[in-house]
Amino acid sequence: MTKVPSLLIEELAFAYPDGNQALFGVNLRVERGERLALLGPNGAGKTTLVMHINGIHPAEHGTVSVAGEVIDTRDKELLRRIRGKVGVVFQDPDDQLFMPTVGEDIAFGPYNMGLRGAELDAAVDEALALVHMSEFKDRPPHHLSFGQRRRVAVATVLAMKPEILVLDEPSSNLDPASRRELADILRSLSITIVMVTHDLPYALELCERTVILSGGLIVADKATREILGDKELLAAHRLELPVGFVI
Amino acid sequence: MAVLAFIIVSVSTPITQWQAFIAYFVAIFVVSLIAKIPTPTLFIRSLIEIPFILFAVLMPFFGTGERFEIGPFNLYRESLLAAAGIVLKGTLGVLSAVVLSTSTTAREILRGLEKLRLPQLMVQIASFMLRYINVISDEMNRMKVARESRGFIAKGIKDWKVIATAASALFIRSYERGERVHLAMLSRGYNGILPLDQSEPTPIKMWAQGMTLPLFALSILISTTLIG
Repeated sequence: MTKVPSLLIEELAFAYPDGNQALFGVNLRVERGERLALLGPNGAGKTTLVMHINGIHPAEHGTVSVAGEVIDTRDKELLRRIRGKVGVVFQDPDDQLFMPTVGEDIAFGPYNMGLRGAELDAAVDEALALVHMSEFKDRPPHHLSFGQRRRVAVATVLAMKPEILVLDEPSSNLDPASRRELADILRSLSITIVMVTHDLPYALELCERTVILSGGLIVADKATREILGDKELLAAHRLELPVGFVI
Repeated sequence: MAVLAFIIVSVSTPITQWQAFIAYFVAIFVVSLIAKIPTPTLFIRSLIEIPFILFAVLMPFFGTGERFEIGPFNLYRESLLAAAGIVLKGTLGVLSAVVLSTSTTAREILRGLEKLRLPQLMVQIASFMLRYINVISDEMNRMKVARESRGFIAKGIKDWKVIATAASALFIRSYERGERVHLAMLSRGYNGILPLDQSEPTPIKMWAQGMTLPLFALSILISTTLIG
C-alpha cells in the first residue's frame, strides 16, 4: 500500500476571468513531512497555485487533493476541513493579522474550526510557544517588529494544526537574524511545508527538494542541491544565486 | 451606555435650572478623579469642542424678541439662553465622552458595544478600523515621504491634483488590502463570526457602577424640577 501524500496536484490548469491563463497542467506530489521549495520567476503562477491548495480558487481542470481528499469548492463543509489542513502564511503579515491583539488573532483560525474555551486557549498558547512569542499575546500586532509579525503570522496558522504549511516568501523583508530564527522555527516543526520563495539559499537551507514553476508549468523537480547547482536551468527561468554563493 | 444616558439626562435639563448643571459638572469631575485621569488631560482633550462652541457664542447677537445690553453688546435674551444651553450641554457631553475614552481602551469599548447587542457586523467593521488605521496612516506617510523625496512640496491649490492622485492610490491600495485580508481570513476558515465574544458576562456590580453617574444626574434633574 502506498502512503497517502499530503498534497497531490494532477493536471491542474487555471485561467483568470480576464482570460489570462496562469496554470497549464501542473502535476505535483508532496509526501507527508516533506519540505518543498517552490521556485519560479515573478508571474510564473506560484501564488495562483497556492490559492488552489486551500480552495480559494476552484480547480477548473484537473484536481487538487489534500491528505487524500479531493478539493471541491462547492462543498462548504469539505472546504472548511481543507482550510484547517492547509495553513497559508501570506507575504504581508499585515494582511494576515487583522484582530486587535496577537492572542485573538491566533484564536481566529481554531475558533472557526470549532474550538472553544480552554481548548482554544491551549491551542493559542501552544502556537505562540512554537514561534517563541508567548509574551506578546496581549499586544496589538502593529506594535511588533516586522520579524515578530511574520512569526505571529506563522503561529496563526500553526494554531490550526495544519497538515501542510504553505509559506509565501517567508524570508522577504526580514533582517538576517529574524530570517535565521524563522528557519530554526520551521525546521523544528514536523509538518509538510511548501515554501514559495525567491531566496535560493533559504530553500537550500530548509528544503530537501525543489520544484521550479515557470510559465504555468512545473519545469524541474529534483533535489534542491542539484537544481541550485544547475546554472543553465536557473538562468532559463530567471533565477540566480546571490553573487559569491557557491554550492 | 452610562455615558449616553448621562448625556441624554443632561441635555433634557432645561437651561434655566442652572443649579443642576453645576451638579453635573461636579459629578463628571468626581468620576474623572476616580478614574485617575489627570485634570489637564481632561481639559486638553475637551478642546476639540471649541469649533462647535464658536457658533453658539455668536448666537446671542442674532435673534428676535426681548433684548438687553451688556456693556457695548446688544443681546437677545432667548438666543443667549439657547447659546448657554448649547455650550454647557456640549461641554458636558464632550467631558463625559473624554472620560470614557481616556479610562477605557478602544478594545473594551468594542466589547461593551457588542454586549449591548450592537450588530456583529458593525462591531467587526469597527474592530478592523481599529486594527488598520495605523497600517494605512503608515502607508500614507510613506507615500508622502516618497513624494517629497522626489522634490514635491504642496504649495497651493494647483498641487491638489497630486495629492488627490495619491489619495486615490491609497484608496485603491486599501481596497486591495481589504481583498487580501479577506482571502487570509477565508483561508483560516472565516464564516462570518469573529471570536471577540469570549468575555465573561458582566457582573451586576459593574452595571450598578456604570449606572451611578446617569442615575445621579437624573436624581438632580428631578429634585431641581421639584424645588424650582
